[in-house]
Amino acid sequence: MSSLPLLSLIIFLPMAGVILIMLTDKDNVAQIRTIAFITALADFIISLPLFFSFENTADMQFIERREWIPDFGISYYLGIDGISMLLVLLTTLTCVICIASTWTAIEKYVKEFMIAFLLLETGMVGVFCALDFFLFYVFWEVMLIPMYLIIGVWGGERRVYAAVKFFLYTMFGSVLMLVAILWLYNHHNDVQGFYTTDILAYHGLAIDPGAQMWLFIAFFLAFAIKVPMWPFHTWLPDAHVEAPTAGSVILAGVLLKMGTYGFLRFSLPIFPDATVAAVDWVSWLAVIGIVYGALVAMVQPDIKKLVAYSSVSHLGFVMLGIFALNVQAIEGGILQMINHGVSTGALFLAVGVLYERRHTRLISEYGGITAKMPIFAAIFMIVTLSSIGLPGMNGFVGEFLILLGVWKSDPFFAVIATSGVIWAAVYMLWMFQRVMFVKITNPKNENLKDLNLREIAYFAPLIALIFIMGVFPTPFLNKMEPSVARLVNQVKPAIIKAEKLQAPKAPEAIRTGAVTITSGVGIDAPRS
Amino acid sequence: MASIPIPDINIGAIGPEITLCVIAMGILMAEVFSPSRKNRDLMGLVAFGGVVVAGLITMSFQGESFTTFSGTYIVDNFSTFFKLICLLATGLTILVSIRYCEEENIHEGEYYALLLFTTVGMLFMASGEDLMTIYMGLEVMSLSLYALAGYTKTRRESNEASLKYFILGGFSSAILLYGMALIYGASGTTKLAGVSEALMGGSVNTTLIAVGVVLTLVGFAFKVSAVPFHMWTPDVYQGAPVPITGFMSAGPKAAAFAAMFRLFAEAFAPLQNDWWLLLWILAAVTMTAGNLFALAQNNVKRMLAYSSIAHAGYILMGVAAANETGSSGALFYLLAYTFMNIAAFAIVGIVASKGEERVSFKDYTGLGYKYPLLGATLTVMIFSLAGIPPTAGFVGKFYIFMAVVEKGYIVLAIIGVLNAVISVFYYLKLTVYMYMRDERVETTKIVLQPSMIIALLLSLYGVLIIGLAPSAYMSFAKSAFLSF
Repeated sequence: MSSLPLLSLIIFLPMAGVILIMLTDKDNVAQIRTIAFITALADFIISLPLFFSFENTADMQFIERREWIPDFGISYYLGIDGISMLLVLLTTLTCVICIASTWTAIEKYVKEFMIAFLLLETGMVGVFCALDFFLFYVFWEVMLIPMYLIIGVWGGERRVYAAVKFFLYTMFGSVLMLVAILWLYNHHNDVQGFYTTDILAYHGLAIDPGAQMWLFIAFFLAFAIKVPMWPFHTWLPDAHVEAPTAGSVILAGVLLKMGTYGFLRFSLPIFPDATVAAVDWVSWLAVIGIVYGALVAMVQPDIKKLVAYSSVSHLGFVMLGIFALNVQAIEGGILQMINHGVSTGALFLAVGVLYERRHTRLISEYGGITAKMPIFAAIFMIVTLSSIGLPGMNGFVGEFLILLGVWKSDPFFAVIATSGVIWAAVYMLWMFQRVMFVKITNPKNENLKDLNLREIAYFAPLIALIFIMGVFPTPFLNKMEPSVARLVNQVKPAIIKAEKLQAPKAPEAIRTGAVTITSGVGIDAPRS
Repeated sequence: MASIPIPDINIGAIGPEITLCVIAMGILMAEVFSPSRKNRDLMGLVAFGGVVVAGLITMSFQGESFTTFSGTYIVDNFSTFFKLICLLATGLTILVSIRYCEEENIHEGEYYALLLFTTVGMLFMASGEDLMTIYMGLEVMSLSLYALAGYTKTRRESNEASLKYFILGGFSSAILLYGMALIYGASGTTKLAGVSEALMGGSVNTTLIAVGVVLTLVGFAFKVSAVPFHMWTPDVYQGAPVPITGFMSAGPKAAAFAAMFRLFAEAFAPLQNDWWLLLWILAAVTMTAGNLFALAQNNVKRMLAYSSIAHAGYILMGVAAANETGSSGALFYLLAYTFMNIAAFAIVGIVASKGEERVSFKDYTGLGYKYPLLGATLTVMIFSLAGIPPTAGFVGKFYIFMAVVEKGYIVLAIIGVLNAVISVFYYLKLTVYMYMRDERVETTKIVLQPSMIIALLLSLYGVLIIGLAPSAYMSFAKSAFLSF
């Protein structure tokens, strides 16, 4: 491995772009856009080695560690494993695409927008790379500011409401997590005799199960709001609908993943006992989210809102997979995080394409678009099918692995979740039919122009990924396998402990659904 | 008490105070003898120079620890740290005031002299090792402040502020003094160390001490504007000239906290089990009420006044925690707070323009686009006040919450962080007006003087550097803690 501080470069390269843009005259929008695009592209390119020179082990890689606030044991500590590596790449790729999509969509305050967007990129990559609680929290919160501004300044009519709601919701969750972090920090000193904010030092730290539950809840709130899980999801439709297209894409593509990532990095390994105890109610919330999100999506008159609610449903799958606590389901969950970023990101881009041409997002305003925009229709179709989870595309692999894993731990939840797949087909195809097929009834749709080269270009990588991940998921799965296996091993003792406790009163436990993790506990045999 | 020590007088120890007094009197004389007021900026610069010199002298005491003047005056890292905060507050305020004095056409001479006298009082409070030293410092500070609050004589609000502050301030000083008298009556000494010894001896009248502690606490609670002793704050902050408001919310508050810390950590330390709950409640009520009232404000100056009450609540958490982290955390917080609050008030003053007429939220509409750098600076200050990283405000809150959690007051920590969320709501409101409104309001052209630019850059630097690389400041704050 090279000694180049690659992760730092990826995190702070956008800041260089910010400085360049600051020095540019605000009326020179073409140059500002170019700088922003090149910065994001360069950032993506230098992040590619993360994937190709990633060694398939469970260890943290590309580690950088420097003293930051030695008095408190705080250090600038970066590193990635199989779980975060893909998310970093997803972030850098999404940012390139987003900036490309704003070329004509963002007309006012271009300079400020690009600055905010690049700052956001720094924050997002930082969250996935940070291995220090303090550093993590800084990035986690820093990211709120540009996102808040992106929604609030460049958003739709109710943008201020949506932006403030977004900020307050996320902040509410994170401050409780802060208290939990501080408690852990003191606890580490009590147990180990020294203060540190090294996240990995907390994996496997002995914590009393009662305390674990409280800490788990504090972290849960922060992450569940971010995911968002039902019933903490109400900020999401507002934020998505009001945000400009690029904001929606980044929100769906990356920001929501921070919640699920948080569960994998913190909740599961640090609070294994609480995790096992919480499996049931988290799974319930997840399946409620799957079905609720799907049903609400079905009745939306607004395409963007429909896609927003579909996110609630999809993220329910991811959560269900993570809390099945076996390798297959968690791998499926991580893959589904990426898939959702790609597919839903593309869906929001498609909605953005329509919106830019017609300035409405109401399904009833459209109809018969296929005839006027054939290229767009093909792309939109692929994206829609990928979101539904058609075999051969990325969505299928993720959902299939999740359902397989969940079936092993609890068939009941798997059955309900499967119904969500059907609902997804219903709301997506129905929407597609009403927007793209039937005859053109609205004369305003007569003169729609098909995608231009730039638009095709930013859809292209997403379409490619949809098929690559659908047909060859193995390289992606292999990268994350060791990390996931280690994660499952960290939780395993807690599962065994919980089983032992419940063994004598097994009949009652089965009736209440408490023992659900009996099968599929161990590490699954590695795939060939 | 053992033998009476031979009075030792170390003039060097009060070098900063002497410097400021001399400069202040010089400025007063200059005002008398140069009625043409030609070089009006010069007075501000001279005053600023005096503050810098006093700061350098103070810094040279770093690491030292001794008492002098028969043990009534102490020099240690704690006092040094607080003095630097006070001097920082004064220095920034002077830089900010140069513009204000010009715009409002007020007499500089007495203004800067009073500001420096206030500072002298603050410095004595930070070094007070005797109830009397603390009280004298407090009065020197307060009397000058009463006058400063009413300095813009032609504004009705300013007169109201001064009168209100004077009456209520006098009242609270009396309560404080009465508390001190009772403590003296019970322990037989005014020296803090002596009070502590007497309390540990156990042969004191507990009723007298209890009433004394409570009255002292009330007196200080008034000075740091803790709820429910905060009633004067919004009116006085709103009425006083903007730079003075910024100053009041940082410098004198820091000095009052210094004395309060000294008193509770040293003199009343043996009674910690009895008073911690009082401070716990005071902190919780102060931050909650401050934030809730701030939510409802339409006047930015008044909103910041309430927010400063909330910030006093956060700092009180550090006092309530009464441990090493709490003490150094409060110091650190005050340092961060001085930068961000004075800068925020400075920008409020800039926007307010002549006669302080433009102080409502809607006057900030579109500010972020019309004056991008000024808007960005205010945004940084606002996010810092709200405690969002990577700013000084975040690290300060982190530090204080850490102390509270370490002490085991989880509920107080949760109240604290939830308050931080409430506060975000009204801070964001300002950014909403600055960036997210379509309509535009006509503003008078804003031209910034070099002194103002320096003050803002200094604050910006402070807020960001403490937010990103807090290590050195934390080490200093840690070395300055008081052992409870």
